[in-house]
Amino acid sequence: MTVTGQRYEARGYPRHRLDSGQSLLVIAAGLLLVASVAGIAVGGLIDVSTAVAFGGLIAFGELLRLNLPGDREAAPIAGAGALAYALLVRVQDHPAHQGMQQVVAVTAIGMLIGALPHLAVGRPARLHAMAGRLVAVAVAAVIFRPLAGHAVIGGHWWTALPVMASLVILAWLVEVVIAALVRTDALRARYRVALADELRVQLPLGVAIGASALLMAFAAEVMGLFAVAVFAAPLLVTQVALRRFAGIRATYLQTVRALARVTEIGGYVEAGHSARVSKLAVAMGRELGMPEAALLELEYAALMHDIGQLSLRDPIPGGATVLVTREEQRRIAEYGAEVIQQARVLDAVADIVRRQSDPARPAGRDPAPPLSSRIIRAANAFDDLVGSSAEPSRAGAAVGRLRLDTASEYDPDVVEALSRLVERGSV
Amino acid sequence: MGKLSRVAWLYIAAVVTAATVVVACGPYGGVDWAQVITLGLLLAASESTATLLRSRSLAWSSSSVASLAAVVLAGPAGAALVACCTLLGIRRGPSPMQRLFNTAMYALSAYLAGEVYLLFGGHVGTPGPSSFPGIIGPYAAATVTHVAVNFALLQVVFWLAGEPSSAATGLNLKLLLTDLGYGALGVLIAALWKVLGPFTPVLVLIPLFVARWAVAQFAAQQRAYEATVSALCQAVETKDFYTRGHSERVSKGSVMIAKEIGMRTERVEAIRLAGMLHDVGKLGVPTAVLQKSGKLTDDEYAAVQLHPMRGLDIVRDIGFLDEALAGIMHHHERIDGRGYPMGLAGDEIPEFARVLSVADAFDAMTSTRSYSHARPVADAIAELRKWAGKQFDPAFVDAFVAAIDRDGWKGPEPVPDATAGADVAVPPPAPPPNGTASNGTPSNGTASSGTPSNGAPLITESL
Repeated sequence: MTVTGQRYEARGYPRHRLDSGQSLLVIAAGLLLVASVAGIAVGGLIDVSTAVAFGGLIAFGELLRLNLPGDREAAPIAGAGALAYALLVRVQDHPAHQGMQQVVAVTAIGMLIGALPHLAVGRPARLHAMAGRLVAVAVAAVIFRPLAGHAVIGGHWWTALPVMASLVILAWLVEVVIAALVRTDALRARYRVALADELRVQLPLGVAIGASALLMAFAAEVMGLFAVAVFAAPLLVTQVALRRFAGIRATYLQTVRALARVTEIGGYVEAGHSARVSKLAVAMGRELGMPEAALLELEYAALMHDIGQLSLRDPIPGGATVLVTREEQRRIAEYGAEVIQQARVLDAVADIVRRQSDPARPAGRDPAPPLSSRIIRAANAFDDLVGSSAEPSRAGAAVGRLRLDTASEYDPDVVEALSRLVERGSV
Repeated sequence: MGKLSRVAWLYIAAVVTAATVVVACGPYGGVDWAQVITLGLLLAASESTATLLRSRSLAWSSSSVASLAAVVLAGPAGAALVACCTLLGIRRGPSPMQRLFNTAMYALSAYLAGEVYLLFGGHVGTPGPSSFPGIIGPYAAATVTHVAVNFALLQVVFWLAGEPSSAATGLNLKLLLTDLGYGALGVLIAALWKVLGPFTPVLVLIPLFVARWAVAQFAAQQRAYEATVSALCQAVETKDFYTRGHSERVSKGSVMIAKEIGMRTERVEAIRLAGMLHDVGKLGVPTAVLQKSGKLTDDEYAAVQLHPMRGLDIVRDIGFLDEALAGIMHHHERIDGRGYPMGLAGDEIPEFARVLSVADAFDAMTSTRSYSHARPVADAIAELRKWAGKQFDPAFVDAFVAAIDRDGWKGPEPVPDATAGADVAVPPPAPPPNGTASNGTPSNGTASSGTPSNGAPLITESL
């Protein structure tokens, strides 16, 4: 283990907690479920019609769960329904008496019922995501259910609303923190970066879910249980739009991946080069603590970094851009950037591609290229040296060669990140 | 609105006067002023976030939500007063006169909606649990009235101002339905007032704003996607100087055919992509062969015949409809079975491929290639008809011709000099020697189909 590797450990990014952390979460959620169902079995179900209505809404929402960009799962309608059930004070003239155990049991059973059709068609349930959602609801229920009968809460909106709104925010934070922990383990990201990404991605949907939950809880007071369904409508619209957004985002990535291969088909670069460089670059970026949005730009740029070679009439033998002159490399990068810039929406990506052939520490007063460009430069050189070979010794030798050039050509931090990845065997 | 006639001025004055009278006369007995102020702020906020409609002389906002909630909570005059907060909306665009008219129009719509609400037996005041479901009938009538009066007042002003009917086409059925749907929210706001007080509008509108945000995100992502695919396809085309803009035009032509024969929207989108990507496989064909002006040798022809399969290799992993993949793979098949790569015939050829082959051949004929000069649209149509049933599916040829007759066809910009292509190794978008042109406006003309250059003899805009 190198010095940098130790520093990495010492900063407290524990590594092999991947399975244990997730299973701990799932076990905790399972215990919650068992305890609450047992409690209901002993004490009996209170306010059956309300329980069935909210359980049905939760099951429906779980059935409609969606995948967000970045391999995330969300079930907005189920989440809002469960939170509303936890925060329910009154259904028209009847005070709501359900205890926290009943809230957890109804939520869990609703979620399981909604997950069944997914299982039936062969989409496995993501237990850790469901567990995270259940724990978040349980936190809100544990705090609010004892208060629900209290005169202060039952009296006026200006006392009830702040309490309920804070609980909604708390539940959201719990879910986000859990999700960030799971991602840290799964992707070897840094926790702080993962949490910031998670907060950013989940915020709009979280706001909509929280507001809808509050609306449902209050509307049940005036309009009864039917109103609950009405307030799920905006969430449904949001969900449809987000699903299509995630779909187009996925297609986008697939298309760029596919079109990046035209350089391979045309004989300009070795087969699989773009895919390998982009995978490596993203891993390096994550190792260096880049946030998710920047990683996406890095991935696009890495996939298209060789698109400029299309301007060459005759492919460079073997596509090794390290073998041609600096001027030639610049020209290719510049042309690639121009192609990307024509899309008018990827200017940052174009800039990364443009600066990819610049040395990490340029002579004179030129500003250093962006981190993403430095990463692509190193990843590209590494792949040109190693190719598709799986030999560890070759990878080690390649890192060693890059390290020799860290005085000007390659960014030392970037090369060290690469070296850690190679050591770990994740290249 | 440009210069207005005297009648139009009189009309606007009448609307403003009527609104002023209504607001001035009240009655305001029993009105909760906190409610009126909250709803007025809500209305001003929705008016400030109005979206401009396509015709650009119309904008749509969700302000009717506040007016209609006020109908229930504060009665006709209170609703009219709330509607007057349109004046407070922060939105660039409307002139003071337009702003005044908009305000008066909303005030009158709200007032009349309030009267209709009373007429149908609605009660003014904060509704409680006992108000449901009795309130729904009168409220529905009020909503319809609000939308109808708003629509009518607008139509008349456009008519008097002599705006072309194109401005009024913005007022389509979908918009009216959206308005009615948003109107329904008003009753929810009114109903929740008892338990949530002035926070009601905030809470009700948050999920709606997030929904609008999500829809906008989706639309932006889709535009970004299309722009990126188009830019990458152009990069591929630079290899063959003569085929610039070909993919984009084939895509456009295929979409014209697809729409003409009534394909579903998702399939139209898929064929748009398929048209864009149908020739990516040409990257595998040596440049010298692509640009050869003489007859191809057997080996060279074999290399060309491989390109649909290579294209399929590239796009196989993109998650769009399998149909699009089949279209790319088979776009050089012929109805009589003499095409490549499989020699399929008739209905064996996937529908997408039959569509693409018509648009592909048409664009090839109307643009200059290394082996031929561009031909006029009329000639190309005649040629399509001649080969319908042999090379092309006659149904799609008919659909394409019908679409071109109606919408016209924008061909390529002419190649400056057909001989110039021969010695240009790197075509015009060649990178500058250093980074000077780095703020890269597209240096070749293919970014958009652009305007047809003058002197282009082949471009027709038949109507």
